[in-house]
Amino acid sequence: MIFKGKVFKFGDNIDTDAIIPARYLNDSSEENLKKHCMEDADESFSSKVAKGDFIVAGNNFGCGSSREHAPIAIKSSGVPIVIAKSFARIFYRNSFNIGLFILSADTDGIENGDILEVNTDTGEIKNQTRNTVINAKPIPKFMSELVNAGGLIAYAKKKIKEGKK
Amino acid sequence: MAKPLTITEKIILNHTDLQEISSGDIVNARVDLALGNDITAPIAIKEFSAIGVDAVFDRKKIALVPDHFVPNKDILSAKQAKMMREFAKKFDIENYFECGEAGVEHALLPEKGIVLPGDLVVGADSHTCTYGALGAFATGVGSTDLAYAMAFGELWLKVPESIKVIFEGKPKKWVSGKDLILYLIGQIGVEGANYMALEFTGSTFKHLGMADRLTISNMAIEAGAKSGIFEPDEITENYVKSRAKRDYIFYKSDEGAEYAKVLNYNTETINPQVAFPHLPENSVDINEASAKNIKIDQSVIGSCTNGRIEDLRIAAEILKGKKIAKYTRLIVIPATPDIYRMAEKEGLIDIFMDAGGVVSTPTCGPCLGGYMGILADGERAISSTNRNFKGRMGDVTSEVYLANPAVCAASAILGKIAGPDEVVS
Repeated sequence: MIFKGKVFKFGDNIDTDAIIPARYLNDSSEENLKKHCMEDADESFSSKVAKGDFIVAGNNFGCGSSREHAPIAIKSSGVPIVIAKSFARIFYRNSFNIGLFILSADTDGIENGDILEVNTDTGEIKNQTRNTVINAKPIPKFMSELVNAGGLIAYAKKKIKEGKK
Repeated sequence: MAKPLTITEKIILNHTDLQEISSGDIVNARVDLALGNDITAPIAIKEFSAIGVDAVFDRKKIALVPDHFVPNKDILSAKQAKMMREFAKKFDIENYFECGEAGVEHALLPEKGIVLPGDLVVGADSHTCTYGALGAFATGVGSTDLAYAMAFGELWLKVPESIKVIFEGKPKKWVSGKDLILYLIGQIGVEGANYMALEFTGSTFKHLGMADRLTISNMAIEAGAKSGIFEPDEITENYVKSRAKRDYIFYKSDEGAEYAKVLNYNTETINPQVAFPHLPENSVDINEASAKNIKIDQSVIGSCTNGRIEDLRIAAEILKGKKIAKYTRLIVIPATPDIYRMAEKEGLIDIFMDAGGVVSTPTCGPCLGGYMGILADGERAISSTNRNFKGRMGDVTSEVYLANPAVCAASAILGKIAGPDEVVS
């Protein structure tokens, strides 16, 4: 699939408490999580982000908690893909499980506000603002099967239907 | 001859139908326990309903522990706890703990013998890695993973590479498991073990008990690790034998097993550590931290990292007969009801209260900025918890410094970050 949108750029070690502060976790509804998404990293994020925009970051994006509220908050904000140099393990796993695309790539040449065109099948990231192309690391086969099925629950339902569970 | 395996590879292999296994493989592994709490279980329960199965895979192999916002801090958190309670009732979940018998999940489950050596545990909480201290493979996952595991009793896992971490020598006075793990994270960074298993070994662990191991494994995630494991030994046996209600297996790494890295540290040169805001990798020696004259507003002793009886005893040893500094708050949170009761019987609660501290019922509370000790703008806390991210304990301009319970106690007395030797003669 091809996605096009504007970049919100963040630095290294954006933790799950910055993505969705725990003070809001007494309510796990998408509306609540979306409203406070990225609040402790950029207070105005939820008011500025538009459907289809990308989050781009440095190393170790999503470190900290296992709370799925973090990728849900991002996905509910309309962000289809997060691109970072590297991801913390549980965040990476959770994102695939809920069907949020995650791409690992060298993001140094991408700046806040750049317009990107991202092909999730090939991993090609075209920076239309700077006229550059970078390539994301390939996604393991099992992981792309998961996302293509629509996440782990959809994958499980498919297995049940096929009589494999 | 079979390929030599690490303890982690062995445990995972023995939870699959495979004949062999290598790091990097993605496998379906059977789980001995799937765990959730009052924050993560509600999403898992919604996802569980979406799968469309009629029952959980095994009512005895699921643990649901309300601990983050319990006793409920507000109506919304009460609704989340209620949702978990109703799910537990509906499927007659054996290891559901109501407020009063519940404690901080990662302190409670080992204490009750619900997690045991050789187990494969997945938990919708990042600090699930705590159980590696018992020689189990335990890792944090998300709520959707928990839903899947509750439905099918298995989960996809990538077999991790392992880093062997060797600590040799006797720890100095006041140096605990907390200091060794903060020191390690300072050395390798918050991403230093990303996707990998940490395997701890060395002569140092003959001098430290199970509580220290639990603290070390607990914070493996702060180096990005998938798990943090100890090979079980006599200390493990002594800890589990009176608690276990079922069989358990001691696994050991094979001679010649492959490691991504082997790291060697001399424990004798390590002092108590303090991790400065806003990452656990910002750890410095207590002498350096103390010299900076950093005033604190609050000291927190508790959590899945350092809320065990051993932690409270050390804090009480320092606080006995002393008063905390004026305008400083000391919040002590025994991690489970049993710990609370022991602390009461041993007179520790009196020591904390006489010193001017407050003692809360078991909860995660302030560790994640939930309640029971939230920081205002610009305030600063020293805390025996596990994360010092920006805004972790309250306002986004507040600061958290991580340390062991002895340093937290000494700092409360002086109202500034200080080592135990500064208050104990």
